[in-house]
Amino acid sequence: MNGEPVIEVKGLQKSFGELQVLKGIDTVINKGDVVFVIGPSGSGKSTFLRCLNLLENPTGGQILFEGTDITDPGNDINLHRRKMGMVFQQFNLFPHLSIMKNLTIAPIKLLGKSKEEAEKTAYTLLERVGLANRANAYPNQLSGGQKQRIAIVRALCMSPDVMLFDEPTSALDPEMVGEVLNVMRDLANDGMTMVVVTHEMAFAKEIASRVLFMDGGYILEENTPEELFGNPKNERLKSFLSKVI
Amino acid sequence: MPQWLQNLADRFYTNFISENRWKYIADGFIVTVEVTFFAVLIGIILGFIIAVIRSTHDKTGKLKIPDFICKVYLTVIRGTPSVLQLLIIYFVVFGSVNISKVLVAIIAFGINSGAYVAEVIRSGIMSIDKGQTEAGRSLGFTYAQTMIYIILPQALKNVLPALGNEVIVLLKETSICGYIALQDLTKGGDIIRSRTYDAFMPLIAVALIYLVMVMLLQRLVAGLERRLNSSER
Repeated sequence: MNGEPVIEVKGLQKSFGELQVLKGIDTVINKGDVVFVIGPSGSGKSTFLRCLNLLENPTGGQILFEGTDITDPGNDINLHRRKMGMVFQQFNLFPHLSIMKNLTIAPIKLLGKSKEEAEKTAYTLLERVGLANRANAYPNQLSGGQKQRIAIVRALCMSPDVMLFDEPTSALDPEMVGEVLNVMRDLANDGMTMVVVTHEMAFAKEIASRVLFMDGGYILEENTPEELFGNPKNERLKSFLSKVI
Repeated sequence: MPQWLQNLADRFYTNFISENRWKYIADGFIVTVEVTFFAVLIGIILGFIIAVIRSTHDKTGKLKIPDFICKVYLTVIRGTPSVLQLLIIYFVVFGSVNISKVLVAIIAFGINSGAYVAEVIRSGIMSIDKGQTEAGRSLGFTYAQTMIYIILPQALKNVLPALGNEVIVLLKETSICGYIALQDLTKGGDIIRSRTYDAFMPLIAVALIYLVMVMLLQRLVAGLERRLNSSER
């Protein structure tokens, strides 16, 4: 099921001033991969994810997206970001725009789609996540789970080649986590390439094709979920798993 | 007619009707509205540009030199009395050219207002959560597009009451136009006073006109706020 590489990370480093958060990350994300990144707080997993679409500028190393080095300042990152959907912990919907406008503003302004075309795509996707009836609502009228499902649809409206999820369920009430995970599960089953930073271990076990364990700015172990959770080799991974499961 | 009422009617006649003195107030009113309107326009455009430059510098560290120029401008304008700015622009900057006083006042108040508007809008921009910028950028919008489509609409809505306040302050501030012998509303009332030696009638009349204008502005801003907020309900 794995195809050609979508994202290749080579010796990625990131420092905030004196603090070095990422000390050298190497990994490849192939087409169709569902990669989960787990690790304790402060391990650098969110920073790693945010480096993939240059929301954080790496201080060292390379990131190749579909063969292009996006860390090269000569490349227009805005063009690449269109193909990398991102979902945030805090949803970050645009509160001044209706749901439909939230979904269509980027396809219309960036991809040059007509309003009708963009709305048609948005509507189809809204139906898939069961929120077609909220198209004219505003973000503040939705629950957290609904907001996050809309945020996922907003990213999907750009027809991205890869979806990045930054702790998508961490800000949700427990009873709303399920609805968001269902949408993500559907996406994974449809063959979407996904990179997910999460604390949902059971979910990682269920849908991941590969799990990365990060701590102290390194990837300490990288394996299939069965192996990584069932037969952890790294000491820190063992102690981490003993605490969270 | 009782004596006191007759007295009041006489004074009204002397101050406003006789020799068409009401024209001082009417003409002054037009000047005041003119100066305020165009000064607000300049102030908002100027303030807007400065706010975007300053917040871009704050967020990204770029635009160092423009930011420095803006800071100097803000410090000078906010650090000196507006009467003095008006006098300097009239007697120093345009001292040797023949230029309409209304135009001088518009320029002076526009430049003055720009400094305050800039800080109001900048505070609005900085109050928007940085997640909004990140969401915009992650979709592929450039920094400028994110500003225009995502940040500024929210920022402007948030600072609308403060902007309305700035317009009100500016309207009243134009009453110093008399310093360059521009006959605005205040000056108009004062000229009548100097002719009739009656202070009460013209000054109270002028005060009432300002008050009504301010109240109308307040209602306008409140209406605008309601309309913008209804889009989020």
